[in-house]
Amino acid sequence: MAQRLLVLVGTRKGAFVLEPSADRSSFAVKGPYCSGWPVQHLTLDPRDGALLAAAGSPWYGQAVWRSEDLGATWTHSSEGLTYGEDGPAMRAVWHVTPANGALYAGVEPAGLFRSDDGGRTWQHVKGLTDHPSRPTWAPGNGGLILHTILPHPEDPQRMWIAISAVGCFATEDGGATWEARNKGVRTDFLPGPAPETGQCVHKMALATGDPERLYQQNHCGTYRSDDAGRTWICLDEGLPSTFGFPLVTSPVDGDTFFTVPLNGDDRGRFMPDGRMAVWRTTDRGATWHDLRNGLPQRDAYLGVLRDAMARDTLDPFGLYVGTSAGQLFASADEGGSWRLAVDFLPPISSVEAVLVDA
Amino acid sequence: MTEVVLPRSLAALFPGMPHRLTLDGGPATVGEVIAVLDARWPGVRDRLCEAGPTLRPFINVYVDGEPARFATAVPGGSTVHVLPAVAGG
Repeated sequence: MAQRLLVLVGTRKGAFVLEPSADRSSFAVKGPYCSGWPVQHLTLDPRDGALLAAAGSPWYGQAVWRSEDLGATWTHSSEGLTYGEDGPAMRAVWHVTPANGALYAGVEPAGLFRSDDGGRTWQHVKGLTDHPSRPTWAPGNGGLILHTILPHPEDPQRMWIAISAVGCFATEDGGATWEARNKGVRTDFLPGPAPETGQCVHKMALATGDPERLYQQNHCGTYRSDDAGRTWICLDEGLPSTFGFPLVTSPVDGDTFFTVPLNGDDRGRFMPDGRMAVWRTTDRGATWHDLRNGLPQRDAYLGVLRDAMARDTLDPFGLYVGTSAGQLFASADEGGSWRLAVDFLPPISSVEAVLVDA
Repeated sequence: MTEVVLPRSLAALFPGMPHRLTLDGGPATVGEVIAVLDARWPGVRDRLCEAGPTLRPFINVYVDGEPARFATAVPGGSTVHVLPAVAGG
């Protein structure tokens, strides 16, 4: 069956669905959806084609929104998204990931929840919250948020998650128990040697074709792990800074991934010298190349948040970068050239590119 | 009877929910008003309350013009206003 490409955009003021032209040069915008709630992440469940929005309203709290008609109508649910009457109040849902015939949600304050009915009801994955380090978890500037959920592509018992200012954890028993995996990741904001947890991971991704290899953009550097996260190797040499948020892997080459370095954690967090660039490595982080063709090269004091970069799976694959000033830049040639696809959206929190039946 | 005035932004989340409605039977507290609403439009309680139960931080409730909490009494014939606080950006 023929398929069409959609670019899903979560913003501070609702969700948007963008449909590119066949050559990915122009984009039709639909939205805003979800009543203008801040949407941290918008994704699609490939099992049934439902859109899922991870959201949190300052007034009405946390919810996962669901649309079964690509945005025309929506429902929302918080049922089970709670730590109980005695637990901390939940503020927002930050990420939703379909995996293993279920949905997983990462929330603030940090925790993992599972739904077996498409997001209508949720159950707490208590094994993570029961980790002995939990009493030491403390929020960074962005909050105590579980923002990355990486299911193993073949083994349903294995999964990685990432929590800001806490670090990476892995389970190999379906979520019953979790192990902190942060060895080798710096904590420049703490005195002394890095602890077992407390690392400020911003985004993590699995290398295509190699589920033992992970890449990580951290508050303090860019990293690779060749042993499923047990140890990490710093890849900063050749990058303009150690600070950035998003990280996206190539869909075809496990050695290739992309980051968007910003000028520094305490220097404004914008494009170095006001010149926008996406940086690419094709050798697992040994060397880096800046991609600038078509991106603004003056007065571009833009930020890009952790989930605001994505790629599609066409050939050649496309890349999409959403800024905190509401622009979406798109490349239809794997980053070789870029164009401003959409301007004047609200600040962009997340971007995903998905294929749906035409 | 209890008169209830709800935020338009809340009513927009639940098909068929009016901005203003009258509840029969005289719910005795703010919490009971919310329970009656939740029975009619499942999920309302989660939008207005968090663990405790307590009202969400930026949800303000007034009973006959006086600031109220989850357990505040609602005398018969009262008007209950639910209002979103100044928040957001």
